[in-house]
Amino acid sequence: MAELAPRRTLVPIPVTDVEDPSYFHKVVDCQWACPAHTDVPQYIRLIGQGRYGDAYLLNRKSNVFPGILGRTCDRPCEPACRRGRVDGDAVAICRLKRVASDLREDVGSGLPRAAEAKNGKRVACVGAGPASLTVANDLMPLGYEVTIFERQQLPGGLMRTNIPAFRLPAQVLDEEIAVILDMGVDIRYGTEIRSMRELLQMGYDAVFVGSGAPRGKELELPGRHDEVGETHIHIGIDWLESIAFGHVNKVGRRVLIIGVGNTAMDCCRSSRRLGGEDIRVMARRPRQYFKASPWELEDAEEEGVQIVVNHAPRRFLVEDGRLVGMEFDQVEWDEGAVHSKTVGTVRIDCDDVILAIGQENAFPWIERDLPLEFSSPQLAAVDEVTMQSTIPGVFFGGDAAFGAKNIIWAVEHGHQAAISIDNHCQGVSAAQRPAQTMRLTSRKMGITQWSYHNDYNPHGRQEMARVDLKRRFERLNLEVELGFGPEETAREVQRCLNCDIQTAFQAPLCIECDACIDVCPVRCLTIIRPDWADEEELRTRLNAPAENRSQAIFVSEALPQTGRVMVKDENLCVHCGLCAERCPTAAWDMARFELGIPYAGRPAEVG
Amino acid sequence: MTSIAKPQIPLLPLERNQLGLTIRDYSGSMSTLCAGCGHDSVTAAIQEALWGLSIAPYQVAKLSGIGCSSKTPQYFDSAAVGFNSVHGRMAAVASGAAAANRDLVVVGVSGDGDSLSIGLGNLAHAIRRNVRMLYVIANNGVYGLTKGQFSASADIGSRSRKGEPNLLPPVDPMLLGLSLGATFLARGFSGDKAQLVPILKAGLSHGGFALVDVISPCVQFNDHEGSTKSFRYVREHELQDIDADIIPVRGQIHSEQTPGSVTEVELHDGSRVLFRAVPEGYDPRDRVRVGSYLVESARRGEIATGLLYLDETTPDMHQVSATTQDRLWDLPFDRLCPGSAELAKFQARLR
Repeated sequence: MAELAPRRTLVPIPVTDVEDPSYFHKVVDCQWACPAHTDVPQYIRLIGQGRYGDAYLLNRKSNVFPGILGRTCDRPCEPACRRGRVDGDAVAICRLKRVASDLREDVGSGLPRAAEAKNGKRVACVGAGPASLTVANDLMPLGYEVTIFERQQLPGGLMRTNIPAFRLPAQVLDEEIAVILDMGVDIRYGTEIRSMRELLQMGYDAVFVGSGAPRGKELELPGRHDEVGETHIHIGIDWLESIAFGHVNKVGRRVLIIGVGNTAMDCCRSSRRLGGEDIRVMARRPRQYFKASPWELEDAEEEGVQIVVNHAPRRFLVEDGRLVGMEFDQVEWDEGAVHSKTVGTVRIDCDDVILAIGQENAFPWIERDLPLEFSSPQLAAVDEVTMQSTIPGVFFGGDAAFGAKNIIWAVEHGHQAAISIDNHCQGVSAAQRPAQTMRLTSRKMGITQWSYHNDYNPHGRQEMARVDLKRRFERLNLEVELGFGPEETAREVQRCLNCDIQTAFQAPLCIECDACIDVCPVRCLTIIRPDWADEEELRTRLNAPAENRSQAIFVSEALPQTGRVMVKDENLCVHCGLCAERCPTAAWDMARFELGIPYAGRPAEVG
Repeated sequence: MTSIAKPQIPLLPLERNQLGLTIRDYSGSMSTLCAGCGHDSVTAAIQEALWGLSIAPYQVAKLSGIGCSSKTPQYFDSAAVGFNSVHGRMAAVASGAAAANRDLVVVGVSGDGDSLSIGLGNLAHAIRRNVRMLYVIANNGVYGLTKGQFSASADIGSRSRKGEPNLLPPVDPMLLGLSLGATFLARGFSGDKAQLVPILKAGLSHGGFALVDVISPCVQFNDHEGSTKSFRYVREHELQDIDADIIPVRGQIHSEQTPGSVTEVELHDGSRVLFRAVPEGYDPRDRVRVGSYLVESARRGEIATGLLYLDETTPDMHQVSATTQDRLWDLPFDRLCPGSAELAKFQARLR
């Protein structure tokens, strides 16, 4: 063919390495986003098949607390969910997790059991929250003797103290924690560790600090520490803890919540149940900058809580020995809400104020003259992979490690710390990490038949039924969300796009007939001469420009007939399998990707 | 067949044409042809050409005869009017449709059996009449629907799947068209949409009969070694000497520049075809040169592709017959059918 412009030279083809477990893992957006890498599509499929127990156990393998997380997880998976890029609403992954938990049959045989013979190694954990419990969950079956020191009389940490019972019933919490403790964990309630030095002298082979971020941030404004301030101004997490243990059972009629994180949402909704009628959540910034999950905000508003934006607290107002209100600056923000200017001052009357402006770590019990280094005044220096501090054998996890995160991160920290503890006790460096593995198995059953449900269900995200607002506040611990019923579940599982069923391509089989390219409903495939300058240019030259740079581009080896390559933009693929159905040579196949995740003492295994 | 219909993804970012339509608005039902069939690519190319030219989907008449290829109008532009004719008679029905409504964009899809065997006579006379339509032959050299017999376009020596050689000479639709006075002749390959789509766009913008021969491999019966219409054979023997592009009056302009020495042909609707590169001495408006080029390249065993011949000067059927400017359905009945008294008067004139 005569050319007008000189032909560009071919580039060395940057062939995608699909043998690297992280490539296909990344395509499974939910699993990739989950700190514990829960195999979401598979558990959703198991739910669809009515195999609730199996779905529960698959969850438990990675996230340890499916029932708890099915109600309270921060759901990093859902913003990542491919379905959100398809119709705007992620699959209700978290709620389906709860379905697996609610409907599970007896799963006793699938739960971990303590080793019959002890290995003689003793591990001490500080705090009985999700991180420490995960460490115990992973180490008890290996023969470790695990001791947990807990300052409260009940286990669970923030899962019990900071999450109100109307979101997480105590029974769910007790059940899942019991599975771990009943393996023979030596748990010492009412025991507060007051000295790291003493703890280190107690002869444990390893120490794990999972004591959370227990200090609520203060708001130092005039009036805070008056006598009145001490009784009617509360620190959010402490106040929630007092409710959880029954020390607080009422609040004034008018309540102001300062802060807009998830703790603030729990505080305002708790206030509603303790007698509060006029409840306002006061925010400095506009709504799109709130830290609270959107669904928690919606729940609060549904219960009549007012969200007030652009109000910066100025001082507490005390009159005649009584807290009467607060004064706020009314502010206006510039684009991006970086700078504000005060446009007025306003007084808002109230009876109680609850401060929910964040949490800090506090380690008054760790002597600063130990070889345990701190990276900041509040935080110990902790390795992000091994969770080890600067004292070998002393590990941190959960909120205690890097500041307040969430339960699912605490679980993952626990898993990683357990691997490190096991290494440490077996004389292996904590830095030596077991590898992830993968398996890819074809889902082909016959011509255009797959062992997964490849059809696209256009249904919108299912709403969850809740207790009627009239009845909702009858009891403090009345669970609001009722869980999905069979119909919502059936529809919601079909909204999942099966991202784990990968489009696996074998270049040597391709005859470049274009069938896959023509049939693809999202135009994510292109056959192209390898003459692009870089990936950035390649992204612009595809049949549909690949604009989502957080998503990978697959590049095949050279195709046999023309030396061109097959390129796939993973961003919008809906895993419908049509490319494989229209492929005459089976160069495309739909294959299930399973990620093998290693745990302490258990190398990665799939299936 | 596929097990499911194409998922309709609400948030898919799709480009819109001048009518505000996306490529999806030009789609039809799911193909029931064999997986990998070249015809599906022809369908996709037609869809893209219609979309790219911003032709209103309802303005299209899509017609076909019998055969695998003739199933394909079902697979594009559901909003068009369709006609699946008797075997080999698509050209006649299309001529009628074009005569009745000169505003229709007539797209005929046929195969080598439908057009070059049973329908050869119909094709020949539609070419002669210069009916304004796009006539696509999805040419695979084989009767796929009856399990792989040689068709009239199979080359001498080309082997069937079982190894039997073809002994009869092929009908080359390009040479056939040239001899009958065709005004637009092009050949494409289903495996090369970059070339095929501009050809189809030019054909849709042409003022007469646009014959496009598309080599469209049959993956089931004619994609093996020994076949001269397999994906591999076509790729190894394709001659892409002629590089033409279209600058449509409708739709997006996608030619970045006009190089110095080009042959430019203006089509009836004002679109322009730019021959950016042709072999030495080749003139796409010179029947003799084009004829010898086709014969010579075929003798060398090469498959010449591209927009091979173009003539915008020959009047089309409406001009030759001096037909009404109106669509027939717009005519009042007494003008459309003046009645027996007028007929008698007319006949009296001939006596």
